[in-house]
Amino acid sequence: MPDEVSPHPSRRTVVAGGLTVGVAVAAGTYLSAAGAETASAADATRSLSLIVNGERLKLAVDPRSSLLDTLRDEVGVTGPKKGCNQGACGACTVLLDGRRVLSCLTFAVLHDGQEVTTVEGLADGDRLHPVQQAFMDHDAFQCGFCTSGQIMSAVALLEEQPGITEDRIPEAMSGNLCRCAAYCNIRDAIASASDTMAKGR
Amino acid sequence: MEPFQYVHARSVGEAVGLLARHPGAEVIAGATDLTTLMRDGIRRPSHLIDVNGLALDEISALPDGGLRIGALCRNATDDQRIVRGFPALVEALRSGASPQIRNRATFGGNLLQRVRCPYYRQPEFACNRRDPGSGCAALDGDSSRHAILGTSGSCIAVHPSDCAVALQALDAEVVVRGPRGERRIPIDAFHRLPGRTPEREVMLRDDEIILAVELPGRASSAHSHYVKFRERASYAFALASAAVAVEVRGGTVRSARIALGGVAPKPWRARAAEHALLGRPFGKDAIDAAARAATKGAAPRPDNTYKVSLAQAVVQRALTELGGAR
Repeated sequence: MPDEVSPHPSRRTVVAGGLTVGVAVAAGTYLSAAGAETASAADATRSLSLIVNGERLKLAVDPRSSLLDTLRDEVGVTGPKKGCNQGACGACTVLLDGRRVLSCLTFAVLHDGQEVTTVEGLADGDRLHPVQQAFMDHDAFQCGFCTSGQIMSAVALLEEQPGITEDRIPEAMSGNLCRCAAYCNIRDAIASASDTMAKGR
Repeated sequence: MEPFQYVHARSVGEAVGLLARHPGAEVIAGATDLTTLMRDGIRRPSHLIDVNGLALDEISALPDGGLRIGALCRNATDDQRIVRGFPALVEALRSGASPQIRNRATFGGNLLQRVRCPYYRQPEFACNRRDPGSGCAALDGDSSRHAILGTSGSCIAVHPSDCAVALQALDAEVVVRGPRGERRIPIDAFHRLPGRTPEREVMLRDDEIILAVELPGRASSAHSHYVKFRERASYAFALASAAVAVEVRGGTVRSARIALGGVAPKPWRARAAEHALLGRPFGKDAIDAAARAATKGAAPRPDNTYKVSLAQAVVQRALTELGGAR
């Protein structure tokens, strides 16, 4: 996309080898590469600390980079999806300090020191989060593109309103669109996860 | 996106100083509107002044029974003092945007959000509000969602806020600070009608920031209601909305404030509708008269005449539900 900041390709493979070290190395590489191009490399990037799925990361980001692009391109978590990139679809939903937000509608630099949870951070080892399990059990997706956003939004919803009645789920989930229209199954999955979590409490 | 200098302000004074020194600077808080405006090249600030973290998110009681809501209070608030004392405001906020957006969007930013006119949002079209003097593509284009009140030959966009419509009915004041200190702007004077200068959208000066919104303790505020009509059942901008606050004593209307959304370039105070209620029993006759009066002065365009009857119906429903809920 011409309007995006994509200074370099995804570092998913580097990051997979060791998240914190990988990103620190990646950031260093970028800084020196940028320095070769412009005299004011220090102004072109800002250092930033983010806690992503429990890992504290040091990043150097372009201030124009959205939180979504930073997560996907710098950190290498691709659960948050770029659907509309204008705050309408909800595919980029993440938890920011525990609250659901749209990562496409904010700049990463605004969130120094804050905690981000993506769908990658939900499961406990091989044990899925009850919302993830319920989405599988209820077939709550078709193509799956919106699913990570749906799941993050649902996880936050069940924190905001534990035991929410089934008829109120659609409105509370209205910030997440599903072009396959799996809405009924999504609603059923969330209601079921709500029951499971209530029993676990 | 154009490069900008990012600065995290450590105090209100520092933020104001930065705004005064850098005419191209803009304040950023929730970022829910500015992010897309910058991405689309509609706003090109030289500096972004991040005010998150300044202690402006408190809600506190005022001596007259009112509330002061900090500019950084998020639109997701469900503070029970607002829910009980100013129900129209919470109803407006909840109808305004998805939970994800409300978790970030602030009270100050809500008042400063830009219009959703598609011609404003797409730089390839002429827009006097975005590029003064370039013309108004909506006048020759699709104006089916545009304003019927308060328009001018230079702009017919509608103001998109739900919150600000409720704030009109609640008689709010906006507290701002600039280099010369604090001042208060009544909500009705905060947003400007387009006239010949649609690019000047608010009375806030370039070197001022919003500190808080204050809701006075009015008898009518606890008896207030917001009704919004939109194209689908959830999360869309209003085609027409109404915030009503009515004080009834002995069956008679003692005071009333009625404001419309989705029909004018600013949250629209419907004074003729208020007068139609005053001193009359709060029943169907007075409500019907108020609804008819609500669109006094309307000048619809050929493709948005429906908004006249829609706005009247929304006012009628808001007042009827308010009466029935008593």
